Amino acid sequence: MKTSIVLTGVGGQGVITATNILGKAAVNADVKVYASEVHGMAQRGGSVYCTVRMGDVSSPLIASGTANVIVSTEPIEALRYIQYANKKTKVITDTNPVVPFTVNVGGETYPSLDEVYDAISSHAELITLDALQIAKDAGARITKNIVLLGGLAETGLLPFDSDILLDTIFANVPSKFKSVNDTAFKGGMKAVKKK
Amino acid sequence: MEIIEEKPEKTILLLGNEAITRGAIEAGVDVATTYPGTPSSEIADTFSHIAKYLKKKNKKPSFYFQYSTNEKVALEVAGAASFSKLRSLTCMKHVGLNVASDAFMTYLYVGCKGGHVIISADDPSCHSSQNEQDNRYFALFASCPMFEPTTPEEAKEMTRIGFDVSEELKSPILLRTTTRLNHARGPVTLKKPKPSKGKGFFEKDPDLVTVPATARKKHPELLEKMKKAAALSDKSPFNEFIQIGKKSKMGILTSGVAYNYVKEAAEELKVDVTILKLGMTHPIPPKMTKKLLSDCDTVVVVEELEPILENQIHTMADEQGIDVKILGKSTDHFSRLYEYNPDIVTNVLAKIFDKKTPFPKSKESQIKLPSRPPALCPGCPHRATYYAVKKVAPKDTVYPTDIGCYTLGKAPPLEMADLLLCMGSNAGTACGLSISTDQKIVSYMGDSTFFHSGIPPIVNAVHHNHDVVITVLDNRTTAMTGHQPHPGTETDGMGNPARRILIEDVVKGCGVEHVEVVNPNNVTRTSEAFKRALDFKGTSVVVSKAPCILLKNRDRRKEGKPVPTFEVDQEKCTQCNTCLDKFGCPAFYKKDGSVYIDEQQCNGCGNCLQICPEKAIKVRKEEN
Repeated sequence: MKTSIVLTGVGGQGVITATNILGKAAVNADVKVYASEVHGMAQRGGSVYCTVRMGDVSSPLIASGTANVIVSTEPIEALRYIQYANKKTKVITDTNPVVPFTVNVGGETYPSLDEVYDAISSHAELITLDALQIAKDAGARITKNIVLLGGLAETGLLPFDSDILLDTIFANVPSKFKSVNDTAFKGGMKAVKKK
Repeated sequence: MEIIEEKPEKTILLLGNEAITRGAIEAGVDVATTYPGTPSSEIADTFSHIAKYLKKKNKKPSFYFQYSTNEKVALEVAGAASFSKLRSLTCMKHVGLNVASDAFMTYLYVGCKGGHVIISADDPSCHSSQNEQDNRYFALFASCPMFEPTTPEEAKEMTRIGFDVSEELKSPILLRTTTRLNHARGPVTLKKPKPSKGKGFFEKDPDLVTVPATARKKHPELLEKMKKAAALSDKSPFNEFIQIGKKSKMGILTSGVAYNYVKEAAEELKVDVTILKLGMTHPIPPKMTKKLLSDCDTVVVVEELEPILENQIHTMADEQGIDVKILGKSTDHFSRLYEYNPDIVTNVLAKIFDKKTPFPKSKESQIKLPSRPPALCPGCPHRATYYAVKKVAPKDTVYPTDIGCYTLGKAPPLEMADLLLCMGSNAGTACGLSISTDQKIVSYMGDSTFFHSGIPPIVNAVHHNHDVVITVLDNRTTAMTGHQPHPGTETDGMGNPARRILIEDVVKGCGVEHVEVVNPNNVTRTSEAFKRALDFKGTSVVVSKAPCILLKNRDRRKEGKPVPTFEVDQEKCTQCNTCLDKFGCPAFYKKDGSVYIDEQQCNGCGNCLQICPEKAIKVRKEEN
């Protein structure tokens, strides 16, 4: 049994933090886990691509067509890595675009969100949520990554209970932010449940 | 701080780099040194975080740690600790070993006393580097025993046991990692740390002075040492045979992270194959390797980058008259370029073993997506400097640059990077350009780069009266690699107060006659300063000093101060696009003809207030 998760987004949106928390949750659940991250130069507003693999795995990297879930903090970043998806893959993405500077000064085009969503849906099962708004409502826009982790937990694809993930989140954020993160996580769960 | 607080036997999730630090602590390391560089940085940063954490608790760490001025100094500092019989560690990125190589090559002749683990973090695919050189050649070049981990757990154990091997052979060892190990997370089981020594004793020894007569005596000793190392390699717990399926005449020789892809591919493809997984890769284990070559009629070599194992087994098979087919780079099955991944390895093995690829069909996005390369952050003071220079420099001005965040100024619309080789090359190439062309030269380097290798070329410029403007972009930190301190900051890597060295004082001391310090967040004054520097005949230095916006905002948040964000006053904005087309702040974007500031991206520097000709930028009311 293998669970392969892609986490993606834009540098600075908490993708690496989410990857780390997910990995720690797996260890807490006594599930074998390997994760891979991108640090350094790629973090400066670049596209961030992380992977988490759980279960009977050796490689932290994912083969094309074998991701169970793609979680993205930005719509086109979900589509950028769609080759890792197959028809059964769930793609959970935030709906708030971050337009790269190459559009403003390089003459490149940011496609319409309808186009992006249609394209993702032709490859995989799409779940969208306004994670930024849910995070703001919870009290801090930086908890957007936690909202998406809540959404991920709700898919039931993790090989452990969502409580383990939530407890791991609490253990890795300052205690004064516990309730904000709790609201953000549950907000994400609720948003995905509705879909 | 579970990396030091959790009990032995407990399994925790660690980054490959954190695991290396833990391994060193378990081995009782006394002295650790570095110059930061991705993908190695978190090894040293973990020492730094532990030291600061313990300091807060009024506890003394079991080690001394420093961010040295460059990799060569780092290796010399830790080497001296080893000569004093202390256990020491030095970590750096692959190109850092080029800088340290002068010390490294002769260090192997001399050998060490206390165990010394040297980590080279290679970067196949150049995720954050100017090249993808394979530093395993350095192990062969210098005759240095080498280990290559596949997982964080193995990285910890190789580091821990590496100290013992180093002491047994009286030789420093090279732990060669790659990005996918450094930045992989995995479960690591902790062992009880050995106590460190604290202080050693330097016993005088004429063999430590490498005059020619000593060197001639030491070289044969080094070759003998490598014979002993080869025997150790055959007994190393890190070299092992792994059988997938039934015994067959097919073998795979692999090392490092490539093993992870090989193992999963062999399982997925359901092939019968014997894998020889090498963890100690220099010297390769002669007996085990010979056994693999003799037992198989075909051996596939799976190693990233250069054909180092492959060339060695070709030679071994020839010398020993073993009839075996060797598949790898020489047969074009695998590439010498870039890092491998499960797709590459599985597809090549599927072809060799005549199997179908086991993965479901998938394809890349059919819609063309805008690229998202890394860029200078919104609010970065370097952008303001570049903008200010561009306003006053003549059209053909050449901009040699250097290694750091500011290299990202290469992107349009700033295009403030014309030439880059390595750390410190900005000022050296500036000297050369000034004698080769009549164009104006404005070079850029960061503050940490200045101390690393920027000073000698400034001395060269002054001595030869080269007509150049050398800019030090002083953002008060080593930003790109994760905000490490340097000799220009007030604290050291252990959180202790440190003597702050002012860049302007150093360059004045070097004899630079025209030196100015400016705050780039005042764009007009910065432009004026560069105008004066350009008009000066001879070597001038401008120190453009303002803290990294990420640090500034971190401090603001710590102090509970809000970070302001800005928005465009649509009534005043005439869509002149200066903010987008000339300043190029990535927080700005255009939608349906109007210009907006993305609240998710704005870091609140407010420099757009200065550059907007229509005064159409205002503070955003809503905060979150």
